Amino acid sequence: MNEHLLSMHDLSATDVTRILDTAESFREVGTRVIKKVPALRGRTVVNFFLENSTRTRISFELAAKRLSADVINFSAGGSSVAKGESLKDTALTLQAMGADAIVIRHSSSGSPLQLTRWVDAHVLNAGDGTHEHPTQGLLDLYTMREKLGRLEGLRVGIVGDVQHSRVARSLSFGLVKMGAEVTLVGPPTLIPPEAPIWGVQVSYDIEGVLPKLDVCYVLRVQRERQRLEYFPSVREYARLFGITRDRVALMPEGGLIMHPGPMNRGVEIDSDVADLPRSVIEEQVTNGIAVRMALLFLLLGGGKGEAS
Amino acid sequence: MNTRFVFEGGRVVDPATGVDDVRDVIVADGVIAGPDAAEGAERIDARGLVIAPGLVDLHTHLREPGEEHKETVATGTRAAAVGGYTAVAAMANTQPVADNAAVIQAVRDLAGAAGLCEVHPVGAITKGLEGEQLAEMGEMVEAGVRVFSDDGRAIPTARLLRNALRYVKAFGDDVVLAEHAEDPSLVEGGHMHEGAVSAALGLAGRPAEAEEIVVARDLTLARATGGRIHLCHLSSGRGVELVRRAKSEGIRVTAEVTPHHLTFTDEDLQTYDANLKMNPPLRSAEDRDALRDGLADGTIDAVATDHAPHAIEEKEAEFDRAPPGTIGLETALGVIMTELVHPGLLPLSRALDVLSTIPARILGATDHGGPIEPGRPANLVVFDPDHEWVVEAPFASKGRNSAFLGRRLRGRVSHTVYRGALVVAEGKPTR
Amino acid sequence: MEPDDVRRALTRIAHEILERDKGAADVVLVGIADRGDDLARRLADEVRRIEGPVVPVGVLDITFYRDDIGMRADAPEVHETRIPFDVSGKVVVLVDDVLFTGRTIRSAMDALMDLGRPRKIQLAVLVDRGHRELPIRADFVGKNVPTGRADDVRVLVAELDGEDAVVVEGAR
Repeated sequence: MNEHLLSMHDLSATDVTRILDTAESFREVGTRVIKKVPALRGRTVVNFFLENSTRTRISFELAAKRLSADVINFSAGGSSVAKGESLKDTALTLQAMGADAIVIRHSSSGSPLQLTRWVDAHVLNAGDGTHEHPTQGLLDLYTMREKLGRLEGLRVGIVGDVQHSRVARSLSFGLVKMGAEVTLVGPPTLIPPEAPIWGVQVSYDIEGVLPKLDVCYVLRVQRERQRLEYFPSVREYARLFGITRDRVALMPEGGLIMHPGPMNRGVEIDSDVADLPRSVIEEQVTNGIAVRMALLFLLLGGGKGEAS
Repeated sequence: MNTRFVFEGGRVVDPATGVDDVRDVIVADGVIAGPDAAEGAERIDARGLVIAPGLVDLHTHLREPGEEHKETVATGTRAAAVGGYTAVAAMANTQPVADNAAVIQAVRDLAGAAGLCEVHPVGAITKGLEGEQLAEMGEMVEAGVRVFSDDGRAIPTARLLRNALRYVKAFGDDVVLAEHAEDPSLVEGGHMHEGAVSAALGLAGRPAEAEEIVVARDLTLARATGGRIHLCHLSSGRGVELVRRAKSEGIRVTAEVTPHHLTFTDEDLQTYDANLKMNPPLRSAEDRDALRDGLADGTIDAVATDHAPHAIEEKEAEFDRAPPGTIGLETALGVIMTELVHPGLLPLSRALDVLSTIPARILGATDHGGPIEPGRPANLVVFDPDHEWVVEAPFASKGRNSAFLGRRLRGRVSHTVYRGALVVAEGKPTR
Repeated sequence: MEPDDVRRALTRIAHEILERDKGAADVVLVGIADRGDDLARRLADEVRRIEGPVVPVGVLDITFYRDDIGMRADAPEVHETRIPFDVSGKVVVLVDDVLFTGRTIRSAMDALMDLGRPRKIQLAVLVDRGHRELPIRADFVGKNVPTGRADDVRVLVAELDGEDAVVVEGAR
């Protein structure tokens, strides 16, 4: 594996399999009374979250602590960054503190890659702008593999605002890499016209696609003003693309519903759907810790900068 | 300083006259001189070097007044001289904006004090560059301005541009309105060319249509009013196509292209390097090739640098927060030689035509662009077409944001003569 | 060692466990992944064949407890841990193929301690090749095989490799 995890494109199919297999072992650790192993004792992991996200940050924090690493949480708001200190200067400070790994979440696409130019630590992308969110993609792959037994040939639909979704990008790249068939569904204004280059199909007809899906992955509809320029109203979006009880019934038996969270119940997904047994949204959260432990272990468990 | 010198044995390439042969060039008392003036003159060995009219840049940002942390007229004109430029047009987006004669004169005075390069301040088309009211262009014409531009953004409405085109007719045929062709509603919030690369990188795009729309609008208005339009930094194949057609219809349009648009594509942004972030953005390989073809076949008239210095920390920020632009005065000649002349895509004489003679004519810089004949003001560039060098700091410019950092170029200025004075010798400024 | 040697060694160890641990009533076998897994199961089968008690078997992966994480070029391979019983109060016999520096066993003991509080921990190995770096010793040994430090010692088990054998290759 590389030194950093910035994008799904950093990983080969073999790497992905290895990460998922390793996550399996960490899931077992999570069932023990002592949910901790000494693997990363003495290492320092910094959670550098310049965009707020309690869930992802806690997930990474737990992952690092369960590996016995020391954790520093650095978030926007009360920090020097809020006072105008540049990304570069903050990075140099973290470097001086002896960070072994920096988990960065930022609203600017490409900032994790920029970070690697200024620090020696391993850099993990926890979500950068609308670019990628590789750890989310991996934990979703883990959930799918675990529930359905395979990834190759799996038919997955990703529904919603793909244009602005880093999760959609990472997941699409990851699924295609592992041999799954991906279809993007949403309003034409929210799906990049160049998306087929990624090896995916595109459709604007949710009801035509659902009967042929093993997994329906529902993206969050963002309600900010700029997003609303792309479609007339939340109401129309829900009517055309919302995952309702009736629409779920079109899916084959055993098909899964997934969502990266947090949900807009009643918009992209109806409440009674989110709570169905075939909806594995809760498990996505649990698996997140195991996958992130696997990533920290695999990145930090090898010698710095020497790949096999 | 010696005011008499002879460049011996250089290859003189003079686009104004078509001359291309080896001869001596004598400079005395500020002008090109005849052979009798060679007596007692300092001799400079120019064998293997090319001697051409000093380069003229239609598009430079000197940042003074107001943003002296990025560049000053002194450092900017020094960078120009190092790059072989003897005249530059300085864009109006300073603080305060150059929308009146006082600022115009101030910039000219600063240039005069530095004495390294002739600065032709460009006047704003609209007051404060706000895109609402026409600036007092009459006053600025009286102060010697010939080119007006709101560069940085397009004129927002057709109505305003039409009024401007009609208004400047009062000042004669030579006044030019230069347009930054990007439709604001399509490029708002965008940071790079919209396409497969921006989709993968998760960066909002600035589509090529934004340029095509404004170019089409401006050409239509130029035709309807009989006015003159100059298109800044063309970046798209469709834009070139529209200009080609317009010229065949006799519409009075000229166009420029930058060295970086002739070199890079959006693929080069995979590393999120903010030095490659510009407006208009670097586009596809097809667009770049269309720009090269357009320059070769005369559709595009000139190469202009759009030299845009920024402070180091500004460019080291997150990609979507970094200001757009690259410095370019010191590398323009080297880039054109490396990317176009040496690979045989552009003859040397055409390269010098688009770097010097044609922009001098558009700008009305009558002392520049050749011909290299006795009696003419001595504004020359002497360069080694084969000198290989790597682009790296320090630069004469205050800015370090060069898109070409780390690139190997072949072709470098050795001497620049400005108004008969040797302002650059052995590649370095003399003052 | 040939396949027959391996078989006889395992039988002898099974007898020794039954003798030492008074009929193996409280004994559980934990194989150290991944070769220790098969050996542990075969030992359990032998014990059952000889006297009858069904000895619980589990497998323990010690990767997360290694003392050399971050020192090798690549992060080490991870295997499954499956111990479907409580180790507290039990006599845990750790089973591994080769005892060498002793570091693996140290890791295994730390892992085991995080899973519960065994009454006793004992160690059974097929081969003891010497060169201990920690004060660790085996309670049950199949065969002592003196080796050079740089030699390569491999244990092959039928389930994974198609045959039972112990192979020693001298350093080049």
